[in-house]
Formats: sequence, C-alpha cells, structure tokens
Amino acid sequence: MEGTISNGTQILTTDGIPLKVSLRKTERKNKIRAFLLVFPLLLFIVVTFVVPIADMLFRSVDDSHINTVFPNTFEEYAKWDREDLPPEAVYKSLFLELATGEGIQVGKALTRMNYSKSGWKSLIKKTRRQVKKIYKSGEEPSSYKQTMIEINKGWADPTFWIAMAQMLNETTLIYYWNAIDRTYDIDQKVIMQNEERRMYVKTWWRTFKVSIYVTFFCLVLGFPVAHLLANLPLRYSNLLMIFVLLPFWTSLLVRTTAWIVMLQQKGVINGVLVWLGILGDDQRIQMVYNMTGTIIAMTQILLPFMILPLYSVMKVIPKSHMRAAQNLGAKPATAFFKVYLPQTVPGMSAGGLLVFVLAIGYFITPELVGGKDGQLIGHWIAYHLKTTLNWGLCSALGSILLAVMLVLYWLYNKIVGIDNIKLG
Amino acid sequence: MALPSYATPGQRSIYYFYLFFCGFVFFFLIAPLIAIVPISFSKSPFMVFTEGMMTFPPDPDAWSLRWYRYMVGICTDKTLTTPCSTKWMYATVNSFFVGFTSTFFATALGTLAALGLSRPNMPYKGIIMSILISPMIVPLIITAAGMFFFYARFNLVYTFTGIIMAHIALATPFVVITVTATLVGFDTNMIKASQSLGARPVKTFFKVIMPLILPGVISGALFAFITSFDEVVIVMFMASLDQLTIPKQMWAGIRQEISPVILCMATCLVILSIMLLTTVEVLRRRSERLRGIKPR
Repeated sequence: MEGTISNGTQILTTDGIPLKVSLRKTERKNKIRAFLLVFPLLLFIVVTFVVPIADMLFRSVDDSHINTVFPNTFEEYAKWDREDLPPEAVYKSLFLELATGEGIQVGKALTRMNYSKSGWKSLIKKTRRQVKKIYKSGEEPSSYKQTMIEINKGWADPTFWIAMAQMLNETTLIYYWNAIDRTYDIDQKVIMQNEERRMYVKTWWRTFKVSIYVTFFCLVLGFPVAHLLANLPLRYSNLLMIFVLLPFWTSLLVRTTAWIVMLQQKGVINGVLVWLGILGDDQRIQMVYNMTGTIIAMTQILLPFMILPLYSVMKVIPKSHMRAAQNLGAKPATAFFKVYLPQTVPGMSAGGLLVFVLAIGYFITPELVGGKDGQLIGHWIAYHLKTTLNWGLCSALGSILLAVMLVLYWLYNKIVGIDNIKLG
Repeated sequence: MALPSYATPGQRSIYYFYLFFCGFVFFFLIAPLIAIVPISFSKSPFMVFTEGMMTFPPDPDAWSLRWYRYMVGICTDKTLTTPCSTKWMYATVNSFFVGFTSTFFATALGTLAALGLSRPNMPYKGIIMSILISPMIVPLIITAAGMFFFYARFNLVYTFTGIIMAHIALATPFVVITVTATLVGFDTNMIKASQSLGARPVKTFFKVIMPLILPGVISGALFAFITSFDEVVIVMFMASLDQLTIPKQMWAGIRQEISPVILCMATCLVILSIMLLTTVEVLRRRSERLRGIKPR
C-alpha cells in the first residue's frame, strides 16, 4: 500500500482514499476471508453437535408434550379451584380426548403422568377401552363424571387430580429432582424418592469416587514414568515412549477386553499367582466385574493422558535446578520437594484434570468390566436412553454431567489453556 | 540420569526402587496388549491360557488358527458350537467405509478451518476454537444422547448418513489441533512470495501451503480415522441391528459369547495401531525437520 502525503495531515493511497479507511477495508476483507475458511466447519459442528446438545438441555426441562395431547383437559383443569373433585367439564374434555387421542401419543403422555404419580398409567389404560366403546356407540352420557367413576373408582380419588397440577406448566424440574433421588409429592413439595428407587445419588458419588481413585493412581503411576522419560537420553526415551503411546493408539474395546482376559478368575493374573503358589487354586481373587476391575482398567486406559502432559512440563525443567539446590546444601529429598515438585504442578494439574474429566464421563469400560457395583453415571444415561425411554431423566442426568464437565474445563482453561492440548 | 558414584546406599536403593517402579508401570501399560496375542492362537473355546500352551517344547495340539478362520467367516470346523458367521468381515467392511468417509470430510473441513484459525486476523478466535474442539471434550455418552434425540427428528438414526455425520463431528477436533500445530511458525511470506510471482490462491494452496502442512494433515487424518474406527457409543445408539461395525461387534461379543474370536480381531487392531503410531511418529519428525525445529 503506497501512501502519498497530501493535504498536510491526511495520508492518502494512490487511489485518493485516506490510508486509514483503506487499511480498515483490507483488514475487514482479511477478517472475512479467515472467517470464511472456518465457516463450513463451524456451521457443521453447530448443526450436528451444538444444536443436538442444546436440544438435549431443552428436553431435560420440557414438559409440553402432555399439554399437546390433552389440551382441552388442561385448559379446563386450570380453571378448577382444587377443592374436592374437578367439575364435569374437566371429566368431559378428558373423556373426549382419551377417546379421540392417537394411541402412541396418549401412551407417551401416560408414561409422563406416571412419573408424577404412579397408578396413572394403569388407571387410564383400564378406562380407555370402555371410554372408546361408549364414544363409538354414539350415545352421550348424561354425566361424564359419573360414567368415568363407574368405569373405575380411581376417578373419584382426588390425589390423581391434584398430582396433575405438576404437569400444567410447559417446563418442569421433575427430571432434575429425579436425577438426585428426589421427586414431587402431590402438593408439589420436593421429597425423597421411595427407598427402592434411590440409586442416582449413590451412583453420582460412586462416579466421583472412582474418578478420584483413577486420577490418584494415574498420578502415582504416571509421575515417576514421566520423570524417567523426561530425563533419559532421547534415544532411550523415544523407545520407551512407545509403551505409553501404543496403548493410547489402541482401540478402547481392545484394551477393555484385554483387561477381562487379565483379571478374570481363570485369567492371566490369577493364573500366575496360582502358579507361583501365592494363591491356592480355590482362592482365586474376583478382580473383574466389580469396582476393582473398573478402577484397574480405567487407570491403565487413562494413564497416557496423565503421562503426556507431565512429560511435556518436566521436559523443560532445567536439570541444573536440582544440582544447584543440592550444591547449596539441600538433601536430595529436600531439593526434590522444594525445587523440583513445585515446578511440575502445572503438569500435574493439567494431567489430573484431564484424567478426572475423562473418567467421570466414562461409559464403555465400566459397562463391560464394572459388573453390578462398578457402574458409573453413564450407565444410567444409556439405560434411560435405550431401555426405559425416559428421555427427560436421561437428558437431565446428561445435563448435570455436562455442567460438571464445563466447570472442570473452565478450571483447566484457567490453568493450562484449552488450546494447549497436544496429541502425541 | 545415572547415579553418581558417591551415592549413599540409601540413595542407591531408592534409585533402584524408582527404576523398578517405572518398569512395573511400563509392564502395566503394555502387558494386557501382549497377553491377548497368544490366546488368540489358542485352540480352547475360552479366553484363557491352557495347560498345553505353557509347556515346553510347545505342544502343537494347543495352538491353532481356528479362531482366525472363524473371524474371516470360514466355518468348516463343525466340532464347535460357537456361532460362526461372516459378521466380523461384514463389520470390518462397514468400519472401513464409515472410517474412510468420515476421515475424508473431517480432514477437508478441519484443514480449511485450521488455515483460517491460524491467520492473524481471525475474529473471535478463542470462542470459535472452543466450539470446534468441544466434540472432543464432551463425554461420548452425552453426545450420543443429544445426537440420538436430535437426529431422530430428521430420520437420521439407524442410517449410515447419521453415523458418518456424528463421526465427522467427533473427528474434526483432532484434525484442527494437529494442523494448527503444524501451522505454528509457518512462514506466511511464502504465500506472499508465491502470489507475487503470479500464482492464484488455489495454486498457492496446492503447491506451497499443502506440501508444508501435509505431515500435519496426514496425522490429523489418521487421528480422525482411528476416532471413527474405534467409536462405539454413537454406533451403539445410532446404528440399526444389522449396521455392524468392528467395535459394535466386539461389544456384542464381550457381552454375549466370550470367545477367542474377539481376541483375534483385537490382535489385528493392535497391529493396526502399531502401524498408525509408527506413521504418525515418522510424520511428526519429518514435519519438525521441514519446519527447522530440532527434536528436543
């Protein structure tokens, strides 16, 4: 950009445009160009990834479906003063909507109603056939209220009707409460779930406990190895690095299968122990299909994520520091704890957070080697997604997990910076 | 690293304990992967070392290739009741198909984005980078749940299109990261030089930029491939019953019939990962040499 000086103060380009304007224009053009390169991927990720996650967050509080299945009932219901039994109009609209509603949609709504008060599903299912029959016959009952109570006495039970108030809003927090073993009673107060349905708080704690154990073991096992790799001459450390990188590159399922082979009762470890005479043939230890198995397998699988950040931090710590400390009279242990260890803290926190964050979201390994008491929260997310189809609860569990992750990553970003993630 | 000659016996024993401990960790990391290899050549229908395999000299009756024959779908062996089918080969074909397709798109999109992100005048760099990397960070089970709900609305679940789209999203962060890393210290004057000599942007890209960043692009592509090739959570939810991939078939195998066929496939996958690891390492060194960075 050649500038010519004219008018004394303002610099103009050869085209006569002020230089400032021209520069700004080019700058903007460059910005747009850079953005256009990123745009296709950004759009793709937003559509295929960000929007689905946002959709899941929305689904965890969404309660609109039932309002679309029984719109008139809820409209009439809102007018009711919640005394005694609802008026005739509520019964009538529910009667008609049950008779005309589409089977699948009504079924979905029933499932939702059952989350608020168990018994809804069977009550309506028992009633629905009769209702349809009366509706088809064409004769209009004199009192819909009486007819429904005659079909099933449950319709005279006000608790069902009062419980319905929970579903009046198009958003609900019930799934979040369910995700921590709580639910609403019929007066919409938050209470504990029934004893036999309390499992999520336990699983959440177990998830954190396993993640903390795994992080701790990774740190204990990873620290000396990273130290060795960082201090050996390059030709040896490159060779030993293969031991760290090969598991990192190997399929997760292969490593999980390998651990089943190693840990099972007739497996390699028990076999070796029996062969050495440490254990009797009938004393084989149960190491897999329980929490021990989950922790051992996850530690090995996540160990490279601890070693690699530690290694890159230790690599740049000058070796002269330890020597200087000892020269000044520090014992080796003092020198290590006062001089070396503090310098590895960034690596330890980066590796620790990375391992912890990966561990709390783990699903495959606990599912395969965890057995009954080694399941983490991912198990329930998958279970509600595929088996019970309670997608609200599934989304709520996922959203809580996501929130925990985001907090941890925010910390990670504060400590090491997200774009410092290195591979291999 | 060696111990000085004036070390006290206490220091010596700590030092040897340290070496022993590191040796144990290396063993811990690699032993499971090694252990599966001999068992995959076993004759027994269980995933164990049999008596015969431990004897010396080797007992030929204990070893066989029968599970490898099972894996490739040769079912002539009628003495066993283990189900034998061409499922594994079918799964392999599907895995490579999904893997290659996702890798192609992920590499193309990821490389372009990395080029944009490495420009000094990229606006909102931080936030865009976090969005682009997020699929790598969010646990797979959450991604799977979110995608399942959302893709179901567009009838994309139980289709290869849906699976491939999900895999592209999961794989691009790896491409973005590796290519961005290659572009650190990239001399932008070369682009200017090429353009001042009259090359059009497309020609500059293929003749100047591409050869320099190729190692990064290839390692990114390999990461993308292994991500898709290994991925099981998304496939479990988004694939229909007959849309098998290797991880899905392995998962089913571990849950239902625990037979050494799984270990044969596992052995093949370990060999594949050794090949990929070697390629990435060679490329990384080449790239460092090209960019004039001395190995540390």
